[in-house]
Amino acid sequence: MSIKRYSIPFLFIAPSLVLFFVFCFIPIIAAFFASLTDWGLGGASFVGFGNYVELARDPLFSRSLKNTFYFTFVGVPLSVLSGLATAILLNSSLVRIKTLFRTGFFLPVVTNLVACGVVWRWLYNPQYGVIKWFLEIFHISSPNWLGDPKWAMPAIILMAIWRNFGYSMVIFLAGLQAIPRRFYEAAIIDGADSFKSFLHITLPLLKPTTVFVCIITTIGYFQLFAEPYIMTNQGGPVNSTLSVVLYLYKNGFKFFRFGYASAIAYVLFFLIFIFSLLQLRFIRHGVEY
Amino acid sequence: MRNFMRVIIYAILIVVFIATITPFAWMMVSSLKTQEGIFTFPPRWIPKSPTFDTYQQLFQRMTFPVYIRNSIVVTISVTILVLFFSSLAGYAFAKLRFPGRERLFILLLMTMMVPAQVTTIPVFLLLKRLGLLNNYLGLILPAGASAFGIFLLRQYMQAIPNALLDAARIDGCSEFRIYRSIILPLCKPAIATLAIFTFMGTWNDFFWPLIIMTQESMYTLPVALANLNAGPYATKYNLLMAGSVVVTSPIVILFVFMQRYFIQGIALTGMRS
Repeated sequence: MSIKRYSIPFLFIAPSLVLFFVFCFIPIIAAFFASLTDWGLGGASFVGFGNYVELARDPLFSRSLKNTFYFTFVGVPLSVLSGLATAILLNSSLVRIKTLFRTGFFLPVVTNLVACGVVWRWLYNPQYGVIKWFLEIFHISSPNWLGDPKWAMPAIILMAIWRNFGYSMVIFLAGLQAIPRRFYEAAIIDGADSFKSFLHITLPLLKPTTVFVCIITTIGYFQLFAEPYIMTNQGGPVNSTLSVVLYLYKNGFKFFRFGYASAIAYVLFFLIFIFSLLQLRFIRHGVEY
Repeated sequence: MRNFMRVIIYAILIVVFIATITPFAWMMVSSLKTQEGIFTFPPRWIPKSPTFDTYQQLFQRMTFPVYIRNSIVVTISVTILVLFFSSLAGYAFAKLRFPGRERLFILLLMTMMVPAQVTTIPVFLLLKRLGLLNNYLGLILPAGASAFGIFLLRQYMQAIPNALLDAARIDGCSEFRIYRSIILPLCKPAIATLAIFTFMGTWNDFFWPLIIMTQESMYTLPVALANLNAGPYATKYNLLMAGSVVVTSPIVILFVFMQRYFIQGIALTGMRS
């Protein structure tokens, strides 16, 4: 009886489930086993944790880790803060034509990342770039942005802020609108001015949203790839923008070191997993009101 | 005081707005310039002699129509597949009973935490063995199962009252008929949101097509643009900007007209706790 009874639900999930097994569950496990081999074009043999030991000693890998952390831990606070600031300004009752502003701010989020990289490479051009022109209006001399190892990563971070603050802004706007109006009414009765109610009502109640946005953005930023691929000719100058995923890509698909690339994938997985756990933890402790 | 605040807020918003829009404006202006017109300093915001030469070059002397076709075929196929498979699975997870339902659902949700790069190498080697490199199916099949899609539609379907479905069952409706005639029409907003997100995600995807499509005739638009950006055309900025306009405009147009669904979708993912 049970086989017949459950055959219909099973038919409904079967198409998705088959694809999940073939392209997700099994590959996740396979990648781990691959990371324990020296799999390349010539075949594979078991090397235990050899790849991970090699990664720990690989100066290029530690460089890519450092660059990725730099990008993430500088880029995420700046992106989230700009998103929060614009959301608060847009949410103000003093502002009309909100839709126009929101459309403009969100536009970069939907734009193709490759195109963004190509356009910003042109904006950053050290001789004819719009950014050089803009800085020179204020008599600031423009660095050789993407050509200078010191400035290449800040340049990529600036572009990432431009592209992503609209995403945080939209989530913050939803969070702001979810705060019950009666809280502010009560604050007015208690004699609080708008700055005080912002400090004591808005900010604390936005905490779960902020944590969520931070962690989602962090996970995304850890996977930095297209920007250095496009803007700095795959990680230059002198590896100053080489990211973990870019290094994974090079090992897997340029040098065909499938085992080594799988080990990099698992290190990335581990880093992202920690941040996903943090996310779950904070959300469970979310504020109820 | 209120007026002063209003002026300050508007001033900040307008400055940010201009800064956000400038790259788009510069992209379009540059795409209309000639190769000589592009290299002027200070930059010229209105081209001296605007021309569509760059677009003509992309479409006639280069094979951009092929890349556009590739992108359209892949994007539309993935979107249809994701909508169909996710709505089927979403219905089962929301409304049908079977053993292991909750555990399986949690397992699916957990895959959302795994970065896509983890599965890249095994899936690449599998597709290579199946002969699906440089094949549309190599891009379409792995994208067909969407944990996000199943999750989104399940949440939406759960709100549909069971009484409605039970009444249909008493009238002798099969589960598939219920899914098609009751569930799908009621889920239109969620399906539209998922459709737009899948369409945008697939159209914009770069990492996976870059790995799977190594033959030029199979490039999708982002891969073709990246290739143009790195090769002998690296300093033909007018041509690169025209390419960027071609890649971005379908999604930008879609966004301007279907904004509600984009914003709704983001807010939904934001509320997924």
